Amino acid sequence: MIDLSKFQATGRETCFHGRHIDAQIYAGLDGRNWRLQDYVARGGYSALKKILGIGSQEQAEGAAGMTPDQVIAEVKLSALRGRGGAGFPTGLKWSFMPRQFPGPKYLVCNSDEGEPGTCKDRDLLAYNPHIVIEGMAIAAYAMGVKTGYNYIHGEIFEIYERFEEALEEARAAGFLGERILGSDFSFQLHAFHGFGAYICGEETALLESLEGKKGQPRFKPPFPASFGLYGKPTTINNTETFAAVPWIINHGGQAYLECGKPNNGGTKIFSVVGDVERPGNFEIPLGTPFSTLLELAGGVRGGRALKAVIPGGSSAPVLTAKTMMDITMDYDAIAKAGSMLGSGAVIVMDETRCMVRSLLRLSYFYQHESCGQCTPCREGTGWLWRLVDRIEHGKGRAEDLDLLDSVADNIKGRTICALGDAAAMPVQGMLKHFRDEFAYHVEHKTCMVGARVAV
Amino acid sequence: MIEIELDGKKVSVAEGSMVMHAADAAGSYIPHFCYHKKLSIAANCRMCLVDIEKMPKPMPACATPATNGMIVRSRSDKAVKAQRSVMEFLLINHPLDCPICDQGGECQLQDLAVGYGGSASRYSEEKRVVFHKDVGPLISMEEMTRCIHCTRCVRFGQEVAGVMELGMIHRGEHSEITTLAGRTIDSELSGNMIDICPVGALTSKPFRYSARTWELSRRQSVSPHDSVGANLVVQVKAGKVMRVVPLENEDVNECWIADRDRFSYEALNSDSRLTQPMIKQGGAWVAVDWTTALAYVADGLQRVKSEFGAAGIGAVGHASSTVEELHLLARLVRGLGSENIDHRTRHADFGNAAPAGRARWLGTSIASLSTLDRAFVVGAFLRKDHPLLAQRLRQAVRHGAQLMSLHAVHDDWAMPVAARLTAAPASWPAQLADVAAAVAKARGVPAPLPADPGPQAQGVAAALLSGARKAILLGNAAAQHPQASQLLALASWIGEHTGASVGYLGESGNSVGAQLVAALPGAGGLHAGQMLQQPMKALILLHTEPALDGADAAATGRALAGAGLVVALTPFKDAAAEVADVMLPIAPFTETAGTFVNAEGRVQSVHGVVKPLGETRPAWKVLRVLGNLLGLAGFDHETADDVRAEALGDLAALPTRLDNRAAVAPALLPPAGGGLQRVADVPIYAVDSLVRRAASLQRTADAREPVVGLPSALWQQMGMQAGGRVLVSQGAAAVVLPAREEPLLADGAVRIAAGHPATAALGAMFGAVSVEKV
Repeated sequence: MIDLSKFQATGRETCFHGRHIDAQIYAGLDGRNWRLQDYVARGGYSALKKILGIGSQEQAEGAAGMTPDQVIAEVKLSALRGRGGAGFPTGLKWSFMPRQFPGPKYLVCNSDEGEPGTCKDRDLLAYNPHIVIEGMAIAAYAMGVKTGYNYIHGEIFEIYERFEEALEEARAAGFLGERILGSDFSFQLHAFHGFGAYICGEETALLESLEGKKGQPRFKPPFPASFGLYGKPTTINNTETFAAVPWIINHGGQAYLECGKPNNGGTKIFSVVGDVERPGNFEIPLGTPFSTLLELAGGVRGGRALKAVIPGGSSAPVLTAKTMMDITMDYDAIAKAGSMLGSGAVIVMDETRCMVRSLLRLSYFYQHESCGQCTPCREGTGWLWRLVDRIEHGKGRAEDLDLLDSVADNIKGRTICALGDAAAMPVQGMLKHFRDEFAYHVEHKTCMVGARVAV
Repeated sequence: MIEIELDGKKVSVAEGSMVMHAADAAGSYIPHFCYHKKLSIAANCRMCLVDIEKMPKPMPACATPATNGMIVRSRSDKAVKAQRSVMEFLLINHPLDCPICDQGGECQLQDLAVGYGGSASRYSEEKRVVFHKDVGPLISMEEMTRCIHCTRCVRFGQEVAGVMELGMIHRGEHSEITTLAGRTIDSELSGNMIDICPVGALTSKPFRYSARTWELSRRQSVSPHDSVGANLVVQVKAGKVMRVVPLENEDVNECWIADRDRFSYEALNSDSRLTQPMIKQGGAWVAVDWTTALAYVADGLQRVKSEFGAAGIGAVGHASSTVEELHLLARLVRGLGSENIDHRTRHADFGNAAPAGRARWLGTSIASLSTLDRAFVVGAFLRKDHPLLAQRLRQAVRHGAQLMSLHAVHDDWAMPVAARLTAAPASWPAQLADVAAAVAKARGVPAPLPADPGPQAQGVAAALLSGARKAILLGNAAAQHPQASQLLALASWIGEHTGASVGYLGESGNSVGAQLVAALPGAGGLHAGQMLQQPMKALILLHTEPALDGADAAATGRALAGAGLVVALTPFKDAAAEVADVMLPIAPFTETAGTFVNAEGRVQSVHGVVKPLGETRPAWKVLRVLGNLLGLAGFDHETADDVRAEALGDLAALPTRLDNRAAVAPALLPPAGGGLQRVADVPIYAVDSLVRRAASLQRTADAREPVVGLPSALWQQMGMQAGGRVLVSQGAAAVVLPAREEPLLADGAVRIAAGHPATAALGAMFGAVSVEKV
């Protein structure tokens, strides 16, 4: 038996605070009601039944159901976009799957949540695992897939254990396996845990890892839709993306779209971390102003002034407080402001944060997590880190700032996967908005913020 | 075909090609490190980034599929900026000390750094240090800090050598290429990793720091060690062979050579070279000049002829000798009036010969092996006997071919084997008869011999009946088998009824050539088995080490001890010193002009690449002068070309002289006797006198002392323990050797290597044997 105590809600830090807006995925969770019976009581698996044409008791048996094309059309209409970071339209991705391909095709859930600051999928899998199972089953139905895997981050092993338990429940209840709920649709879903490498969150590195190899991204093309797991057509979506699907099927794509804003349908879970009073996961409709989200998180810690925000996980460029307070939280608005919504980790930094020190931590992370396969990332991430390290430790030189920018520029867009870009963008974002702090470090061999705070 | 525009030039390439292939087709160069035309695409070095219209980012030419109308610029500002930035990244952690690097002057990184590197580094942080590794005697990994992680060596191992001995461990800038847990690199093709390493990370251990590339002159040659005839570039400094690398020939060796082709040169410079003629007087060797030595030999041969008749004279030439040497040797013997001449030193069934003037051969082209759909390999230690042919078959298997094997033991061929028939050698004809009967049943034709094929034989038959391109390949053990004729007869029947070609993989560098020049006994002549197993009045040995090259070492030892005049033409003073009366120092392949005919019948002539060492002379010249001294007619050739022209005749007609038709019809098989039968492999670094003296090859895992292989049942029955030893006896011959259990060895067979000093006291390679626990 799993020791449930470690999952018990302790209050502020996760998703049981009730401070969501129009929650769909986190709605009604209390940390204890994660089991199949609870999920069904919340209306769970009704979307799966709906597409399979299995009516509830009041309705006649053999209701019409939905065709795979109808499911995909509904998801397209919903404007659901990938919740893992890239924000690719989900319905469109599903339509890339060659449904008529003979032989195995695979569906993979990317639960390798490793983006610093992000903790939404962890809670989702721990406290509402069946919504992901149902979402994957619907996706499998829509794409004609018979086998799926959920790749779960290696450093949250309890979550993997819990998901396995949820899978057992779903299999026992006939929601997974052969001839699901007596229909012609069969879908086997398996859980797999990684070993904690950040790079395995990159979808093709994830596939390599799932195949039992060293997790290194593949070059694309070919894309997973044509050459994925074991060389077969494969669709990979983020955990939260799958979790959004049952609501769309139940309430319609139009309703989901209307919940957010055009091209940015639905709700999104933001992991608000850093200098706020109540860090945690907050599910809000896309298009909600940042100021509202900050308010939900209890505002800046200690009543200090907001200095900067990294709005989409550590790979996203930093934005200044002024910019942030003026924008809404959705893919398009954040992109327009020069950053990205990414995985939804909102890293809030108050006026006491030294940007050089913050960047040093991020740069260390990327050089540590680079897989080492391609040259610019393997060599460049280490170079960036060493440059920032020198600047932070008072050994910076005047020319280092331009060099830093240039090295980042040389990595960007030249690597096999996006990790190179992810390492470069924070550097360039920091330099763009806080160059003076870096220059101060170089010139005075000490920290501008530290000096100021001390005063 | 797809047409793209590359740097303003229109290029047509096949569908599915990458931009890099288009650049190759157009003859323009896009800088790269990880891309290699024979390896899978990795796209990890990023050096080949090019500017493609309508694509926002620079794209790797090696991994970007060409599409119709694509406009590619490899030298635009965007492309060059990307390439320069990659070069900068490659160099930040790479030592900038080319003058002290062994790769200096032949380094891809150095060359490209001239074009794309900065004149000074912007990197002022600490540089990475990667610890060195010891991976065996052939490859040096002393300077792994130089590695640029292109993974060519890793991919070579996985894809070409078939065994992943190198891999990249760790992550990010801590990534390093290494073997698993400090093991050695033991692949028989490992040296190719040195060639494909674009930097000075993997270098040749025997060669490193002995010469700079620009001091070396490069000369073309052909490897004599196996039937491929791999094309070589022999690199020479001050009259000495310093290094051997492959010469690319897509039809023969592609761009690869085996380690024995590459490192056997060490024997050329070894202390055991014979550098002057020697005569044994009163049991002691006396150095003499050529005039004395040749007069002594001529006089001796004439005396034997007058005293015992020409039939007392014989000659055995090793099949790695050149066409010219073997032709003149045969001519000399025949000129003396004898038909005792042979090159088949390891054979047991001498009736299995092509009709006069014709030769047994591969039955297909070497290149075609790479594209087979089905291959049935009979009696071959494929991977060690034929490393490059095995590599070809590996490529075929990678593309879906089914490989099947009939053997007494199934060594790891580093590729999937679809079906294995396991039997002691004596039962091989019966096994083939089973396959033939299964083919017959499927085709509805009468079987050549009555048989009741089991499911495995039926499986092989079914595989051979499907697929388009197929071959039955007879290995060295099938050629050396006591019932070689039967094996060929049955294989031919199967080939005929399945559409598979039938042929011999080929035992040595010039096995086909030796047959074409009739280095074979004529009517009434003695074959190699007789000449090496019964005392001759006079015996001439060419490139032959009688104790190691014979089919029955024990019998050869006895025979030569009682022989009359033994003349050894050899490059090595220890090759025949015990049995010879005269030793004439002749040139190894690097010091003489000569011709080799490989397994597919390809005639390849070479020049000497260095001057003969000391008083060494090319053997064809020695034999020519000997012919003159003996007063024989027709020994007036001026050049090796003259000899070759006479020896091979019309080269255009040569293909018609390749003939694998069986000499006998499939016949009822004698019942297999009880008792144990020896199955003998010749270890890869024991095949000829050169590799036996190549010091580094002799330090590899493949050159370890032979271990007797016992089938599991026998192992248990004898109560053997790991590390145990056995007394092996063949008649009166007996030796004690270490033993191991070989689970894939047929019951009734005992594996004991031949060609090695440790087993040179034993008898026939495929003879009866008994083992006792000691």
